[in-house]
Amino acid sequence: MNKIIFSIAIFMLSTAILSSCQQEKKLPIYGERHTETVRDAAGIEKIDTVYQTIPNWAFLNQDSVLTTNKLTDGKIYVTDFFFTSCTTICPTMHRNLMTVYNEFKSNPDVMFVSHTIDFKYDKPSVLKKYAQKLGVDVNKWQFLYGSKDSVYTLAEKNYLVAVGEDSAAKDGYIHQGYLVLVDKDRRIRGAYDGTKEDQVAQLKKDIPVLLAEYKK
Amino acid sequence: MRKYIINSIFFCSIVAIIVSCQNQETIDLQNYMSNGKDIYKAKCQNCHGENGEGLGQLAPPLTDSVFLKNNKDNLACMIKNGISEKIVIHGKEYNEKMPGFPELADIDVAQVMVYVTNSFGNNQGFVPYSKVSTQLQNCK
Repeated sequence: MNKIIFSIAIFMLSTAILSSCQQEKKLPIYGERHTETVRDAAGIEKIDTVYQTIPNWAFLNQDSVLTTNKLTDGKIYVTDFFFTSCTTICPTMHRNLMTVYNEFKSNPDVMFVSHTIDFKYDKPSVLKKYAQKLGVDVNKWQFLYGSKDSVYTLAEKNYLVAVGEDSAAKDGYIHQGYLVLVDKDRRIRGAYDGTKEDQVAQLKKDIPVLLAEYKK
Repeated sequence: MRKYIINSIFFCSIVAIIVSCQNQETIDLQNYMSNGKDIYKAKCQNCHGENGEGLGQLAPPLTDSVFLKNNKDNLACMIKNGISEKIVIHGKEYNEKMPGFPELADIDVAQVMVYVTNSFGNNQGFVPYSKVSTQLQNCK
């Protein structure tokens, strides 16, 4: 009898410990950060952490409409860098990103933004055709065209994705296949290799976690 | 009795030789299939997908057995030199350019062609390297 009571007690204790350990899961915040001393409403000095954020941007989308960060402000979005004539990693990236899109297409808080790095050939009309053929010519998934300077700086300095022209590469450009997850405050919260199915699966799991942070 | 045993062993070995001869093509096919799969992964899968499903209207699926059969003498050239004219697959038009893969040796082309034409529900059987080599010399 004693033994039974003892084992029940052990069981309840371990359940209590396990359940108390469950913390709210949060995604990490990537990029540079620094601290600033600010005064709160009551005039008391506080130290605040300032995170790296995506700056304002303005590009032409697949409909040749000037599109700015206003479209993604207040939303979380997944961004990537590609070009339409790419035969190496881009088709795989977009095949995988398409599965993410399909899972979240009915959620108004999630968007997709693909930047072309082929500033010579991928004009909006080319992007339009590409989007149509991929089967996602919608407002929710923007295909953006911009000058080499603006797109490459945004990629490398802000989204932390390496891109570049390379005459030795088969298609003329090289780039990393990251799908970058950005939160509603324009901070980078994740980067997933779009060519790897397990990382894309992780992205699908992380999007609801990020959305949950804002549901308070 | 002894004669009987010797005879039966002789008979068995004859049968074994015939069976193994018939299997040479099967062995070659298996060889091509396994090498072809590696080449497919490296060169084709990005656009055509792991299961030959294609990608939207950008890259056609590789599951149209009728197309593959009708073009079986051109497939090697298509793989090596790419395609620039529009093609119709499963009744749908595809007019994106397919890049060529001139870096592939004839044997690689043969292996990946055999892999594609015997995977994803296709079943066209074995094509030897020598035949593919001749086809590649006569590309348009």
